[in-house]
Amino acid sequence: METLTMEPKRQLTPRRRPPTQRRRAVRSNLTAYGFLCAALFCFAMFAWWPIIREVVLSFQQTNLVDEPTWVGLDNFRTVVEDPAFGQAWRNTLVFTLLALLCGYIVPFAVAIVLNELRHARAYLRFVVYLPVMLPPIVSVLLFRWFYDPGPGLFNQVLDFVGLPALAWLDSTDTALISLVIVSTWMNLGSGVLIYLAALQNIPGDLYEAAELDGAGILKRIWHVTVPQTRLILLLMLMLQIVATMQVFIEPYMLTGGGPENATVTVAYLMYQYAFVYGGNYGAGSALGLMLMIVLLAVAAVQLRLTRDEKR
Amino acid sequence: MLNTTARPEAADETRAVAPAPQRRSRSRTKRRGAWAEGHARTIVSPLELKSRWGRRIYWALLATVLAVFTLVFVFPLYWMVTGAMKTGEEIAQMPPSLFPKAPDFSVFADAWELFDMGLLLKNTLFYAVGAWLFALAVDVTAAYALSKLRPMFGNVILGAMLATLMIPPIVVMIPAYITVTDVPIFGWQLLNSPWAIWFPVAANGFNIFLLKRFFDSIPNELLEAAEIDGVPPWRVLVSIILPISRPILGVVSIFTVVMVFKDFVWPLLVLPDSSKMTISVGLSQTAGQVTQNQIMAGLVIASVPMIIVFLFFQRSIMAGLTAGSLKG
Repeated sequence: METLTMEPKRQLTPRRRPPTQRRRAVRSNLTAYGFLCAALFCFAMFAWWPIIREVVLSFQQTNLVDEPTWVGLDNFRTVVEDPAFGQAWRNTLVFTLLALLCGYIVPFAVAIVLNELRHARAYLRFVVYLPVMLPPIVSVLLFRWFYDPGPGLFNQVLDFVGLPALAWLDSTDTALISLVIVSTWMNLGSGVLIYLAALQNIPGDLYEAAELDGAGILKRIWHVTVPQTRLILLLMLMLQIVATMQVFIEPYMLTGGGPENATVTVAYLMYQYAFVYGGNYGAGSALGLMLMIVLLAVAAVQLRLTRDEKR
Repeated sequence: MLNTTARPEAADETRAVAPAPQRRSRSRTKRRGAWAEGHARTIVSPLELKSRWGRRIYWALLATVLAVFTLVFVFPLYWMVTGAMKTGEEIAQMPPSLFPKAPDFSVFADAWELFDMGLLLKNTLFYAVGAWLFALAVDVTAAYALSKLRPMFGNVILGAMLATLMIPPIVVMIPAYITVTDVPIFGWQLLNSPWAIWFPVAANGFNIFLLKRFFDSIPNELLEAAEIDGVPPWRVLVSIILPISRPILGVVSIFTVVMVFKDFVWPLLVLPDSSKMTISVGLSQTAGQVTQNQIMAGLVIASVPMIIVFLFFQRSIMAGLTAGSLKG
């Protein structure tokens, strides 16, 4: 349709410019929106509308069949009064902090070491990214076997070294950390490779200059490497927090939130409200809305920091 | 070994300007230190690396890193493959055997049957390929419109699309699920339909961002010439923009396919019918009913496609990983 209406020869008649230009503008806008409409549909239905709907749903009671009813703050009250609520936030927070410790500092250190090595670079990069490529279900089920208190690999190794066996997923003390280990194992690679690319962009003269000034290796890292990769470190900090805040498959497959709610995360609790406890979509949405606000706050802080940095 | 043979001239060149004492041990340095040269300057200088202690520490570090990486990232996979081939008693035995005593390959055939792998793989492949084609068509046209046709409110639309990146999909899982059960205005019911996967995958702000940024870098002069000749916009897109954009199209394609293949929560919710399940969901549903070695065999089968993709498209995958993040 657009192809027939396009008349580019118009450009050759500059005298009657204003009306022609307007018509051309309308036409080019129509064409552009023709190209955009499929994406607009997908975004409107499956990205923008769900966000609005989440806000609406958290003040409603619905069973997906009858007309939803407005219930004010009831959903929020249900959620907050749930004994698992505080536990879920605490777990999510601890999980995020632990995952940051393992999933943020470790990859940076690993990337620094990898960048210094002159041999086997392709192998190391391939290997570190391998778990990221596996479907998460594979990593999770594999580790479920490793954690098995009977014939699991981890207890076999502990036994071999002469240490007492651990209950791993079955104890309130170790369940959460066990989930963090799986999660770190399957996500570490992407962080390492992103940092590695950032490290390769640091101009060598900077290190040269630092060395001439008598800076040792640690000082070179602190005064050259860290400032030079600051923006990416900040960005990754936010991405990490956002990623770990939505932990789901680990508690879903490994512990079911137990033992004694020790591994219930906010995302998992949300899923339970909507799809396990008989379709309490309102309460689930209220919880989702809270999580969304927290994540947006994290994003806002990150944007602020980045902007200050760029100035 | 690569370095000693591949770069002898480079090493010689630097030694020609090096001070006299080093010349004496020429043959030795040539063998031992050549790899320290010809590489971008990093934290440790080539000179430090070439020193006696520098070399010792370097080799020790290299050996440690190789050992640790292999142990941490490869050994679990080795344990998975060999675990599949062990019998139930051998799996439970203490201490465990490093190699399966009598490797039993028939377990893979059993797992294929038990998990209905043929169906699961076929489903997943269908969703992945469909999502790839659909997302590419939708996102390329949108990015082209936003980058080159620049309609009114284009920046607002782009901003709204990118803003969705701040909100991870799992947070809006419930309203998204409800949308799928009854799409507003159209009233479609998409549960168990592949469109429940394809539509949301196309609504990907990151793809739009990557594509638009690439299209922005294509000079407008290139397109203006075509415009004056009366070439319609879709021809410009197909014959000029797409051929130049092959690298970024590769990145977006791989990411879409890998994302669909790896996704778990969303297909768990919207494809509950056992004849429509993806491989991840199918594995999770059957894992409780079969033996440990059969589960491991199933995991091995599920990993193979992704490992093959990784082997073939490693370059694109790694390029894409850094493409979006480096700009900040």
